[in-house]
Amino acid sequence: MAIFPLPGIRISGIASAVPRTEYDNRNYEHITEKERELFIKTVGVERRRVAPKGMTTSDLCESAARILLDDLGWSPGEIEILIFISQSRDYIIPATAGILQDKLGLPKTCIAYDISLGCSGYVYGLSVIGSQMLTAGIRKGLLMVGDVSTQTTGVHDKSTFPLFGDGGTVTALELDPGAPPMTFNLQTDGKGFKAIIIPDGGIRNLVTPESFIEEKLAEGIARDRLKIALDGMEVFQFSLREVPPNIRMLMEKTGKTLEEVDFFVLHQANKLMNESIRKKLGIPAEKCPYSIREYGNTSSASIPLTINHVLREQLGNGRVSMVLSGFGVGLSWGSVYVETDRIACPEIIEI
Amino acid sequence: MVDIHQFITGVEEEFEDMPKGALKPDSIIREHFNWDSINALIFIAHVNVNYNVEITAEDLITSVTIVDLYNIIRSRAENSAAVKTATA
Repeated sequence: MAIFPLPGIRISGIASAVPRTEYDNRNYEHITEKERELFIKTVGVERRRVAPKGMTTSDLCESAARILLDDLGWSPGEIEILIFISQSRDYIIPATAGILQDKLGLPKTCIAYDISLGCSGYVYGLSVIGSQMLTAGIRKGLLMVGDVSTQTTGVHDKSTFPLFGDGGTVTALELDPGAPPMTFNLQTDGKGFKAIIIPDGGIRNLVTPESFIEEKLAEGIARDRLKIALDGMEVFQFSLREVPPNIRMLMEKTGKTLEEVDFFVLHQANKLMNESIRKKLGIPAEKCPYSIREYGNTSSASIPLTINHVLREQLGNGRVSMVLSGFGVGLSWGSVYVETDRIACPEIIEI
Repeated sequence: MVDIHQFITGVEEEFEDMPKGALKPDSIIREHFNWDSINALIFIAHVNVNYNVEITAEDLITSVTIVDLYNIIRSRAENSAAVKTATA
């Protein structure tokens, strides 16, 4: 079972960047006004940020990284590992992490690679970078996580278009023997891989002229095969079934109770879904911050973005314990218990 | 598991626009609910959170009256309680 503590790694800072362009879902005329109101109230997305053509996840991560390095007073030359987690990379080939390593002026002695994960990516990423730093004795690392999902949604698909927003984040980590351990519980069920999928454009289904043909699949839902297909019902049932026991198992491992945790930062999937998870666990509303109303579902960026949006003061000024939980595409899910102590947590950057 | 009247009260509280007292055990579901995806999710979430029972969109569509739906939920709640007792 993948429940394990990771000692000696400290989160030193978290920064997030979003595109300046905002889309207000009250202007989404593909659905009726009543549907729009119900969507905003229930799913919870009122506004979201949309990257202009050509702006990538790595551009957002790069901007966030420059601000964070500056805040921390870290020089690029000190960074020995960069991991980029995204499902909207710059190119099919090569990996994006190398491009970021060069742009940020990180040394050639720096490890840099990509991982392809979505909603669970931030939690998985903390475990991967932390483990590698610990085993290799790497003192400073950057975890860059996010997605530009809006390029792979279309206005004729009401199940995805009003849901997703774009964001890129960076988390700075340091080797610190005195840091309290992070504890992880990571899980996977690939049987559900079709629940969130872009069917064409990989090697399984190469791009053909048919990939671009928009097909009507249900009322208000038409898309081509290069766009995200989301089985909302399947993901909803999966999340309510798997996330609460995953968090309970994590808490058992840490030996702490849910009441002892200051904040539960859940992947911003859908307000109804997150509220259902919160109620099933009996967590009070004030311990469960949201960014979905202002930024939408920002995929793997949503946990750090929510922290920068809501918890800046708390994380910047004191000691905070949190459970972070990501769940969705894969199907892949995981939670981490982490304690932070006065970290750099700048305001969200707009580019 | 609560009785059907408490179940109905819970549903009416969940759907704020629904007039209180409008639903009866023999009410025809499709006369009161439009099962678009969001309304279906609200109902499914309500049942999951309050009774720890998983129902599907198919259950919502194939149940004719409120009592049909209640019986599905009650039987799943009882099965799950029986499994818990057997494995305890």
